[in-house]
Amino acid sequence: MKRLLKASLIPLGLSAFVVLMWVLVKDVTIDVLEPTGKTAIEQRNLLYFTLGLSALVVIPVFGMLGMFAYKYREGRGADYKPEVDGNYTLEAIWWGIPIVIIGVLGVITWQSTHSLDPYKPIASDKPPIEVQVVALQWKWLFIYPEYDIATVNELPLPVDRPVHFSLAADAPMSGFWIPSLGSQIYSMNGMDSQLNLMPEKIGEYKGYNTNINGEGYSKMTFTADVMSEVDFTSWTIAAPGEATDNNLNMDLATYNILAQPSLMAKPQTYQLAEKDLYDTIMAKYMGHGHSSSSSKTDDTEGMNHGTMNHGGTH
Amino acid sequence: MDWSWLTGRLSADYLPQDPVTIGAAVGMPLAILAVLVAITYFKKWGYIWNEWVTTLDAKKIGIMYMGIALLMLARGGADALMLRAQTALEPLGIELFDTQTFQEVFTAHGSIMIFFVAMGAMFGLINIALPLLLGTRDVAYPFLNSVSFWLFFAGMVIINSSLVFGGFSNGGWLGYPPLTGLEYNPGPGVDYWIWALQISGIGSLLSGINFTVTILKHRAPGMTLMKMPIFAWSVLVAMVLVMLAFPVLTATLGMLALDRVAGMHFFTSDGGGNPMMYINLIWAWGHPEVYILILPAFGIFSEVVATFARKRLFGYATMVAALIGIMFLSFVVWQHHFFTMGAGANVNAFFGIMTMIIAIPTGVKLFNWIFTMYKGSIRFTAPMIWFMCFAVTFTIGGVSGVLMAVPALDFQVHNTMFLVAHFHNVIIGGVVFGYFAGIYYWWPKVFGFTLHDGIGKLAAYAWQVGFVLAFIPLYILGLMGAVRRLDSYDDPTWQPLFIVSGIGVGVIALGFALMVIGMAYSVWKRKELADTTGDPWDGRTLEWSVPSPAPFYNFAITPRVSHRDEWWERKKAGLKVPTRSDYEDIELPKNSALGVYIAVAAGLIGIGFIWHIWWLAIVALIAVVVFVIKRTFDDDTEYTISADTLYKLDKEARA
Repeated sequence: MKRLLKASLIPLGLSAFVVLMWVLVKDVTIDVLEPTGKTAIEQRNLLYFTLGLSALVVIPVFGMLGMFAYKYREGRGADYKPEVDGNYTLEAIWWGIPIVIIGVLGVITWQSTHSLDPYKPIASDKPPIEVQVVALQWKWLFIYPEYDIATVNELPLPVDRPVHFSLAADAPMSGFWIPSLGSQIYSMNGMDSQLNLMPEKIGEYKGYNTNINGEGYSKMTFTADVMSEVDFTSWTIAAPGEATDNNLNMDLATYNILAQPSLMAKPQTYQLAEKDLYDTIMAKYMGHGHSSSSSKTDDTEGMNHGTMNHGGTH
Repeated sequence: MDWSWLTGRLSADYLPQDPVTIGAAVGMPLAILAVLVAITYFKKWGYIWNEWVTTLDAKKIGIMYMGIALLMLARGGADALMLRAQTALEPLGIELFDTQTFQEVFTAHGSIMIFFVAMGAMFGLINIALPLLLGTRDVAYPFLNSVSFWLFFAGMVIINSSLVFGGFSNGGWLGYPPLTGLEYNPGPGVDYWIWALQISGIGSLLSGINFTVTILKHRAPGMTLMKMPIFAWSVLVAMVLVMLAFPVLTATLGMLALDRVAGMHFFTSDGGGNPMMYINLIWAWGHPEVYILILPAFGIFSEVVATFARKRLFGYATMVAALIGIMFLSFVVWQHHFFTMGAGANVNAFFGIMTMIIAIPTGVKLFNWIFTMYKGSIRFTAPMIWFMCFAVTFTIGGVSGVLMAVPALDFQVHNTMFLVAHFHNVIIGGVVFGYFAGIYYWWPKVFGFTLHDGIGKLAAYAWQVGFVLAFIPLYILGLMGAVRRLDSYDDPTWQPLFIVSGIGVGVIALGFALMVIGMAYSVWKRKELADTTGDPWDGRTLEWSVPSPAPFYNFAITPRVSHRDEWWERKKAGLKVPTRSDYEDIELPKNSALGVYIAVAAGLIGIGFIWHIWWLAIVALIAVVVFVIKRTFDDDTEYTISADTLYKLDKEARA
């Protein structure tokens, strides 16, 4: 009786834990598991499939572990064969089964890595929206070159239309991620990373910085505001004018202030006065980096990160 | 008068400001002072110097490694407890730390747990067990072993002294530039991190060489490679990885240091530097590093399961094949730590698939352990309970690892709490549980009494329950969008899960406390728990053939090996009492203080670089060279124990 009680502790405890977890999350949105973007939905399905495949190994492992531990414990008088130290058939089976499972998963990995490659444009009958993203200490600058708009920490997007992001950083390496929509990607100095997403449901979704880039890292969040095509169009028409009326023009001087390490109290919308802003920011880091043949030219020195944002190094 | 040539950039500005840090900064030196006073009061300096500090006995060096590792586990664990307390309570407006301190604390937590807990415990257990398992009297290079330990010690002192003066890096345990570059981090914190790792890392590299040679050249006569206990195989594979991987760490940290002190541009964003190169290099070391830690744990479990199932290890040859397979694969997976850095789909897919392939040999090992239990006669002692907890926890960690190996999935969980949960899942579930099993298993061999089994099991249960509470919520949080390294968040729905996680860390702390209490209780009851036979577990390998505690010469008579489970087979065949003629003169290494001197000088090089006190760095560097040269001229490094003395000692030990 005592043994039975002891043995039932594990399932009882586990059940209690599962109930606790369920209570804590039942009314909460789990972004990755309740996606609203095309990429994220495919990733969620892939997650469940991979979990299922893993279960094919895990369930027999746990079953045998528990069974053998119970059956072959000392003093139970079960069959004891101390000299058994191998069995080619059995060993072939447990090399074989994982090889087959990993083989299947490998094929799926190869395909999904290509089909969900963040650099790959998303097929759609509508043309993609271009958004240039710049990670700063500690805010996100979004540039809409087609509409002469720049925003900070707010990312309005039309529903059911692909978005093509180009990402750079004027800060230590940062990570751009909207869990509801899918795939994160690092934004780095002078690297022009690419990301393609497509929101499929109207709503506001949280976006995060996934890579520590200094003191304001935790607070470097933004909102992806997915709206109807009509709402988006009227925003693109109205926003630049409204911003100019409020004296919010994104020129180099405004940018240089924005690029100082700081936190933004609330999101902001600007009229994009400096059309080539993204390329200018990119160029700051490309003076020497990737074309080693031109390493002696020093003409971008004045634009380098240290002198521009922090008054030089120490 | 400008004194900056003398004191570098030392200044009062670097004194701690934050109340928690001030507490630690005052408390730690006071605690050390108390220990020093106690040693003086009890007149133990001679004992400590002669028996411990200058010892070249691998077992004693191993015990010192374990002591530091447990101490650092307490420090790193306290860090973890405070970090999770902050994330549980922060929405209520209770902040233990400001952001800067929070970031320093998680950087310290990660660096200390990997370099000074896991690496320390690994080298500790290897030092304690490996020579005994191999049937040899010492490691190949006893003096080098002492240098390794004291370099590890010097690194430990450096990382902890940052708490008192100067602060620590805020760049995470792998310190990616440009954040850790001069531009964003000019202060001494990153330098503390670099030099603590650099100095202990060189110690690790030397240990890697030492143990590899020990295994290849110092096995007992008759012990072919395929007759070695599987623990020795796991150590061999891990040490080969150490020799291949640690030079990469040394070079990478060296280049980062040059960027910082010499204005170079290896990893800067400008001037032709490339931070992405750093990320590749650090993981070219970092991924093998996790296998360096886990493989010896696998080896320990192999010994533990065979011993307590009272059965031969199932599938020895496939175990060896799996180890070697993992060794090769561990060097072709590093890019999976940054699928999101923008590599092409072909590159990501290659590294993803390579990563999954590691699951195959790992799974095979798990099946072999399970079938070692099959038709065994299993005793569920504390080490075996650690194995059961490992088998369950590590498997779950393996599944989340396979999920993250699929690049398309990694894009949704990378750098989130999901990742944090995953690597704690494999490191606590695998490495930590493995080393704990090793502590409970080999404790009687070094101390002569077993640890109280009941308290040991309770500790294991607490760790297991605490683990589930602490980390399963983090998986869910990651899927909700909680990224790693958060000191604050504005989504109130996250808080309940963070509270559960915080409670879980508390339960783990209870588990650790139970371990310490169990050790103290066992010391108190050491008479009742004494191991009089030398073979408390009815063991299978040679370490159980010598008395407990193992004598300083390990084996009075060099064992001749003809079986994998040599001791088990000998017991089956009937033991013979050795006669006087079986004994021969043996040579053992003399104590040496030069290992400590070298490490002190190496530590001062670090201090010189951290605080820009260049004369100190130069003088200390010269001192290191002088000490090494001095040792090479020292011909009188061994002493002989005559066969007569040995015969007498052995008789006493066996009585």
